Amino acid sequence: MSTLLDIKNLSTHFNTSAGTIKAVNDVSFELREGETLGLVGESGCGKSVTALSIMRLVPSPPGRIVSGDVIFQGQNLLKISEAEMQNVRGRDIGMIFQEPMTSLNPVLSIGRQLREPLELHLGMTKQQSLSRSSELLELVGIPDPATRLKTFPHQTSGGQRQRIMIAMALSCEPKLLIADEATTALDVTIQAQILEIIKDLTDRLGTSVIIITHNLGVVARYADSVNVMYAGKLRESGSLDQVYKEPKHPYTVGLLNSVPTLDLDADVRLQPIRGEIPNLIDLPKGCAFIDRCDYAGQKCEESEPELEEVEDAHFGACWEHKRVSKSLLGITS
Amino acid sequence: MTTTTANSTKDEAISNTQSPLLEIRNLKVHFPVTEGFIIQRQVGVIKAVDGVNLSVNPGETLGLVGESGSGKTTIGRAILKLENATEGQILLNGEDITKSTGNRLRDFRRRLGMVFQDPFGSLNPRMSAGNLVGEPLKIHGLTTTKSDYKRRVAELLKIVGLNSMMAGRYPHEFSGGQRQRIGVARALAAKPDVMVLDEPVSALDVSIQAQVINLIKDLQTEFGLAYIFIAHDLSVVRNISDRVAVMYLGKIVEIGSRDDIYNHPKHPYTQALLSAVPTANPELERNRERIVLEGDIPSPLNPPSGCVFRTRCPLATKECSTQVPELQSVSGNHRAACIKGDWYKSDSSEHESVSEEA
Ligand SMILES: Nc1ncnc2c1ncn2[C@@H]1O[C@H](COP(=O)(O)OP(=O)(O)OP(=O)(O)O)[C@@H](O)[C@H]1O
Ligand code: SF4
Ligand code: SF4
Ligand SMILES: [Mg+2]
Repeated sequence: MSTLLDIKNLSTHFNTSAGTIKAVNDVSFELREGETLGLVGESGCGKSVTALSIMRLVPSPPGRIVSGDVIFQGQNLLKISEAEMQNVRGRDIGMIFQEPMTSLNPVLSIGRQLREPLELHLGMTKQQSLSRSSELLELVGIPDPATRLKTFPHQTSGGQRQRIMIAMALSCEPKLLIADEATTALDVTIQAQILEIIKDLTDRLGTSVIIITHNLGVVARYADSVNVMYAGKLRESGSLDQVYKEPKHPYTVGLLNSVPTLDLDADVRLQPIRGEIPNLIDLPKGCAFIDRCDYAGQKCEESEPELEEVEDAHFGACWEHKRVSKSLLGITS
Repeated sequence: MTTTTANSTKDEAISNTQSPLLEIRNLKVHFPVTEGFIIQRQVGVIKAVDGVNLSVNPGETLGLVGESGSGKTTIGRAILKLENATEGQILLNGEDITKSTGNRLRDFRRRLGMVFQDPFGSLNPRMSAGNLVGEPLKIHGLTTTKSDYKRRVAELLKIVGLNSMMAGRYPHEFSGGQRQRIGVARALAAKPDVMVLDEPVSALDVSIQAQVINLIKDLQTEFGLAYIFIAHDLSVVRNISDRVAVMYLGKIVEIGSRDDIYNHPKHPYTQALLSAVPTANPELERNRERIVLEGDIPSPLNPPSGCVFRTRCPLATKECSTQVPELQSVSGNHRAACIKGDWYKSDSSEHESVSEEA
């Protein structure tokens, strides 16, 4: 499969009164056509800013993409004009956010909001966009689409609004869909419905997907590969089986040992990562994970490890990756 | 025990050697819904909790799961008397809290602790960590001297893994995990017997979540606390609970031991709920059967007739819209409410239960 998205050395900073936050710090990864990639990590690690950088939606000031390339279908998105970028958004790349209410316009009817990109990007007539809109609502499982098109966002439930967002994000058949915590706020049975719809539609359209989440289960169910982020950097990257079964970074091990899952012994004692997430303004000189790491040694204090290929297409950024194993800390699954 | 005890609570009491510490009998919490300008008229009623029976034994954890609007939080708040019971009883050591006032009520409140979901909104931002933890000591007059008070506050902070040097800091100076620890210390201060924990870890990052879960477990072992642990995360509930009740639209649809619920779920809703939870195991996920429920959770203002789950139930038939299923024993204390279940006896005369009637 050919490469759809190639991100090279992307860095995005925020200048605040307290100092510079390196929210995204020299991040590189690729996404192939039709691939679903999970981007996981805890609060503040830079997942959303990575997505916003791809879309060139980083609020500025205080934010700024300071370096890197975002090559999408052979074109560097960081080099094109804002007018060209507007065409990429919505037409070539669709995005779904956690809180649909903030991304839906409260004063415009749902029909109006669905029709707009169709008329703008695909040059549809009003008639055509109307019939496509109701088709789209039907695809995402909204009953009685014709009536629903006339209603406003506040008249629909959270689950319904998220379905409408999916319909909107996929309406122009984009090559890439970015779903940032798209189901986090929803109840588990509704979350399952929404994720199944996303999977079904993107499979049918051949769309690549970046699922951003802190939920390791969602990634295990829906992604092909996974990137683990911590304090602005990618720390591990590989196929699902590589990363979940043989994690090469102590942070990934820590995450996996922190979540209770239904397939493990019910009485298992969780093994949390000690300490707290570091302050991005004031990171240690060496590895950013050092204060929480059981493997840390001298070298870790002195210099920051870069991502390196530890086995075929499996990358880790840890000086001690050869010693790292899930079972070493006591849990085998 | 009074003579009006329902069967369901009766055999629970018989089969357990201990008598329940906390018992909820036929609890209903209904909220009137009003409409109109200046002149308000009642247009409906939300039955947030509609005939729930539960018991909690000393030192055990009862998990309460269900989706939003199922009534979990309202039960927790009713126990703390933050919400008035429309009907039913809440007994602490056999004495009804719902009727008590004055000193009696204050004593009940001391014996019940609560930890809230939002570590950001639930602590008064103008109070220092030390004062937040110490306030219950003052309210209930539990320390006599100033030095005693200080010692106790420091001790409480230490118990939850915070440095007592931090007592002077304010909530915004703490991380989410630390704030939740302050919330736990505050709930512990008055030495309660029962603690209601309402989504205590759902706002936290996974690594911090695990720290707080372990803390909550350790405190139970150390102080013999009983917990009502409310959460929508079924994996977390499994890790912490001895028994589990599954709620849907104000009713308990299934209740049993942790193993009953997770290994032998009987109610179609419990089964769907469990199958909707993705596990962090890619191999398992590739081969797993999943039940994806259709439709949305109905509005609690206008719940379906008959079985409340019928609008989304894959097994529903016509009878489900007319017959209200009651909780019946699958085996021992494992109960589920579905008229299609092979354990279900439609001749309910032998299986009288107050839970679903009236
Ligand atoms: N508008 C902004 N101004 C200043 N700092 C910002 C801004 N937006 C993000 N940041 C900072 O950038 C860092 C990365 O944030 P980001 O939103 O990408 O995290 P995330 O991984 O998406 O976290 P979450 O899981 O909480 O959504 C954080 O330290 C955050 O505080
Ligand atoms: S580089 Fe060192 S500190 Fe960083 S994760 Fe690896 S062992 Fe730990
Ligand atoms: S009673 Fe009917 S609708 Fe309710 S759970 Fe059983 S089969 Fe489903
Ligand atoms: Mg985010």
